[in-house]
Amino acid sequence: MTRNNEQFRVENLYLSFSTKRGIVQAVENVSFSLPRGKTMVLVGESGCGKTSLGRAILRLLPRNVKEYRGNVFLNGQDLMQLSNEKFRREVRWKKAAMVPQAAMNSLNPVIKVSEQVIEPLLRRETKREKAGAMKRAEEVFKLVGVPLDFLERYPFELSGGMRQRVILAMALITNPDIVVLDEPTSALDLLTQANIMNVLKRIKQEEGYTFILITHDIATSSELADLAGIMYAGQLVEFSEAYDLFREPLHPYSQKLMASVPSLKEEKKLEYLPGQPPSLLEPPRTCRFAERCPERFERCDEEPPMVEVKEGHQVKCWLYK
Amino acid sequence: MENKELLEVENLQTYFTLRKWGFLRVGEVKAVDGVDFELKKGEAVSIVGESGCGKSTLAKTILGLVEPTGGQVNFNGKTLDISDKKHLDWYRSKVGYIQQDPYGALPPFMTVRRILEEPMVINGIKDEKEREKRIHRALEDLKMTPVNEFINKFPHMLSGGQQQRIVIARSKILDPGLIVADEPVSMLDPSVRVEILELLKKLQDDYEMAVVYITHDLSTVRYFSERIFVMYGGKLIEKGPVEKILREAKHPYTKALLEAISDPDPENVKTFKKVPPGEPPSLANPPSGCRFHPRCPDFMEGKCEVEVPPEFILEDDQRVSCWLYEGED
Ligand SMILES: Nc1ncnc2c1ncn2[C@@H]1O[C@H](COP(=O)(O)OP(=O)(O)OP(=O)(O)O)[C@@H](O)[C@H]1O
Ligand SMILES: Nc1ncnc2c1ncn2[C@@H]1O[C@H](COP(=O)(O)OP(=O)(O)OP(=O)(O)O)[C@@H](O)[C@H]1O
Ligand SMILES: [Mg+2]
Ligand SMILES: [Mg+2]
Repeated sequence: MTRNNEQFRVENLYLSFSTKRGIVQAVENVSFSLPRGKTMVLVGESGCGKTSLGRAILRLLPRNVKEYRGNVFLNGQDLMQLSNEKFRREVRWKKAAMVPQAAMNSLNPVIKVSEQVIEPLLRRETKREKAGAMKRAEEVFKLVGVPLDFLERYPFELSGGMRQRVILAMALITNPDIVVLDEPTSALDLLTQANIMNVLKRIKQEEGYTFILITHDIATSSELADLAGIMYAGQLVEFSEAYDLFREPLHPYSQKLMASVPSLKEEKKLEYLPGQPPSLLEPPRTCRFAERCPERFERCDEEPPMVEVKEGHQVKCWLYK
Repeated sequence: MENKELLEVENLQTYFTLRKWGFLRVGEVKAVDGVDFELKKGEAVSIVGESGCGKSTLAKTILGLVEPTGGQVNFNGKTLDISDKKHLDWYRSKVGYIQQDPYGALPPFMTVRRILEEPMVINGIKDEKEREKRIHRALEDLKMTPVNEFINKFPHMLSGGQQQRIVIARSKILDPGLIVADEPVSMLDPSVRVEILELLKKLQDDYEMAVVYITHDLSTVRYFSERIFVMYGGKLIEKGPVEKILREAKHPYTKALLEAISDPDPENVKTFKKVPPGEPPSLANPPSGCRFHPRCPDFMEGKCEVEVPPEFILEDDQRVSCWLYEGED
């Protein structure tokens, strides 16, 4: 399988929603780039904007969008320049796919699994096209470890773990250039979770897929992470090689977050974050984390820029400027 | 009545009847099926297991919210009898409950003060000053200070973590000897989980309260309890001191669980996990013999699928229900 060598890149992406109480700034000025065949994990507390960022990439937007701008480059092409119609026809599910949060419950229980899985491949629904799609469905089922006879079953006959694999197969069937996985295992029991992480790891290694994995589970995210981004209150506050971020986080928020993750192997003193993240309705113009930050000083009253501390390691904090 | 065990759970069974059209009996769900354990005054234990293995049902049966099908629960030497209203009222004032879903747990139209006052009113604490004193102390214990900033708020004005603290404050307002905490932190962000667990732990120490901590998250138990009970398919399949189990789990299921849990380590990308395939058993139609046998890497044909393994007692009071350890006790 050959894949174009170019990267996936997001530049200055913004997404906000209008609500009765005001504007919710869910994604604010997010930029990062991702080399081919690598996985980036995106972690952060509930409500920090992870799903919104994923939806912004796939242009899966709710009705109440207020502002949606920035650039999203896939294989050098700026997807934001495409019309909605063109994006839907040529990009979504074909070049870029998303496995939404809690997707395994979204399969239609009374339509045969095979019919649903091949859906993204069908254009004209000719017999020949269908036969080809079925062949590809068998390939991806093998890839994600679902027995082939499940193609002829109905979703209600499948366990949660199997349904999640079917959803994964559906996202991979078009052989997309990038796949966004939004909390793909959090609703599953532990052993199933570990099995699915194994599957993802294997297809990443063997097939060279590029993934963005969204999760609040930092420990599990380390299973797949080549690169890691930490989100806080709508902004990306740190982005680097996963190795650096897990071993030596720089942003005070990342440090606290990492220190709050329990470990089975070592007995470490756990830390936690007092307070709450700021509201995304008119968020403060200071550093978003200032109010909870143990290292706060005068400059933090102003929003810090993203600082490149060393090649490929960026952090949005005045301590490093 | 000389008895140093606070709580004794003996061969407890809770089955739910499955019915068709509301009356036709078509089977039963053996959600709790033969659970035994004891708990001393002031002791904390964790019950760990995956979704659907019967943890909440066990909690509710211990709390007297669900009637057991068999076996019994003794508290302070008295056998729990849920048909005796007076006994049950006494029991409920001695045993606090933190229920699984914190968002549904608090009545939306009551202020924090009303929420905390209610159990005291019901249990006949008539002195208003005493009630106010206890409310303040409970809020202080849970670091909801300054108290006056929180006391008149409604639940929706509080964050998830703060709501959960109110749930905990309410469960201890009558100074119970035991608190049953069903997944008290799993709905919260990881960054606040630890804080809530530490608060609960401090209450346990300060007030010599026993705590049953129910969770699916093995990685937090070290921070909380002295012993772990591992539950699978309605049964406790392994019991023992926390450190011992984390280091030297004996049951193949416990080992698999430990293997499945990730540490936050960037080296993880390089290796695959050795996890048994398959799904947790259906409790309406559980596998014969040992309930883990269809997934077990150490399955012994002719034994494991035939007979239910009894509990073998090993060193350090580690107890394991697995045929591999037959004759080792
Ligand atoms: N359609 C919408 N209209 C208004 N606000 C929204 C909408 N969708 C999301 N939000 C808000 O935007 C913020 C970010 O939400 P998002 O779902 O992206 O967070 P998340 O990081 O994925 O959280 P979680 O970990 O809980 O899934 C939240 O405050 C959320 O309430
Ligand atoms: N009232 C009920 N009637 C019938 N079956 C029930 C009832 N309550 C629970 N069950 C079943 O009993 C089994 C155990 O459920 P329980 O809620 O105790 O599991 P749990 O370990 O607490 O799971 P979770 O981690 O998801 O909270 C499940 O199969 C469940 O569907
Ligand atoms: Mg989300
Ligand atoms: Mg439960």
